[in-house]
Amino acid sequence: MFLAESFRKAFSLIVHLDAELIGIIILSLQVSGSALILATLLGLPLAAFLGFKRFPLRDVCISTLHTFMGLPPVVVGLFVYLLLSRSGPLGFFALLYTPTAMIIAQTILSFPIVTSLSHSAIVSVDPIIRQASQTLGATPVQVSLNIISEARYGIMSAVMAGFGRVTAEVGAILIVGGNIAGFTRVMTTTIALETDKGNFELALALGIILLLISLLVNSMLYYIQRKGAVGNR
Amino acid sequence: MKLGLRVSQIAKTYNGNDVLKDCSFSFEKPGIYVLTGANGCGKSTFLRICSLLEPPDSGEVIYSDEKGAVPRDTALKRRITLVLPKIGLFNKTVFRNISYGLLVRGIRGREAAARVERVLEFVGLGHKKDQNARTLSSGEAQRVGIARALVVEPDILFLDEPTASIDRKNTEIIETIIQQVKVDGKSIVVMTTHDPAQAERLADFRMMMHDGKILQEIIS
Repeated sequence: MFLAESFRKAFSLIVHLDAELIGIIILSLQVSGSALILATLLGLPLAAFLGFKRFPLRDVCISTLHTFMGLPPVVVGLFVYLLLSRSGPLGFFALLYTPTAMIIAQTILSFPIVTSLSHSAIVSVDPIIRQASQTLGATPVQVSLNIISEARYGIMSAVMAGFGRVTAEVGAILIVGGNIAGFTRVMTTTIALETDKGNFELALALGIILLLISLLVNSMLYYIQRKGAVGNR
Repeated sequence: MKLGLRVSQIAKTYNGNDVLKDCSFSFEKPGIYVLTGANGCGKSTFLRICSLLEPPDSGEVIYSDEKGAVPRDTALKRRITLVLPKIGLFNKTVFRNISYGLLVRGIRGREAAARVERVLEFVGLGHKKDQNARTLSSGEAQRVGIARALVVEPDILFLDEPTASIDRKNTEIIETIIQQVKVDGKSIVVMTTHDPAQAERLADFRMMMHDGKILQEIIS
């Protein structure tokens, strides 16, 4: 009975587009979206570099990135906190407990995922594509761009996987954002807080939205992977 | 300006195996040059070296035109094209596959579209232009590979076993396309085949490769 009532109130919040709920969702998407854009802008060139260039310690770089895919969010949160705290090396920017600090933490979390999976997508492109591009008169840069283009579905999957990681994350942003109402309070941190307070309606409403976002992301991922899975000739 | 090719004493070794030994030949007159030989005798390696896709271990590959030797740069590489036995179709539409060679040369828009449409009609695939190239049959894929090479109007077109893995009907279509390419009287087509009958049908100039050497030149 209690559970049913909580769900009823949660759906009511969603259906009536509750202002607090919408504000939290928008901030969450802004933070995660910005982090993902930054991670992609930094990660894709690195993925391409690792995919196309051979240099000493390349394998070490790739292994490190793979290892960092499983970075514990609280450790990232702690690391960013120490960097941005008043006595830290970047303390003078006064970024702690701001959405910017949350974006930095989520960028660090999603960067290894976007980079590693994009790198895997790039090196998985059939070597014949490189040769075919060369025989058609492409310069080395044009060949590389064509290979990246051929890896586009894998790269999109990488970005989606990164998005899935940051939207579900709570530890890092709680530490560096501080969960300040109307300023740094996002979906996951609100769920944690409201559950502690026994205010399950808002927590459940946000949980449902989070699940819907996750469903949407995974559906897109499935669609992208199916679209890209066309046999090679 | 007519482009010619002379290869002189080229040799290539893979993993200790001498694939090519002292191969020399000149491609100067327009027409279809057919290189025959058993599978694994070095035909593909010869073509890859001639088309500058890989360097020989020794020997020379010299392109020249009326002005003399042509430097081995991007401009030269854009005057020759090799169609590989495994085509390497891009995961894009047929149209975008064929327009790629034009795109890298900075040819876009209406001119590119017109050239692609023309070559698509030439290979009989006008109705497939919006289809993903990787969903085509083997024969159609081979025709896209040839169309992709023809659209850039190369001075020398190299075809590595263009009908090795396709049915008789598509083989006939591709042989017709190859014969039509030389109609302009300017183009040089260099192709490999393991089928002596096909060589007989298509060749203006025949070469035979055996044990890494070009053994004979038969003027058809």
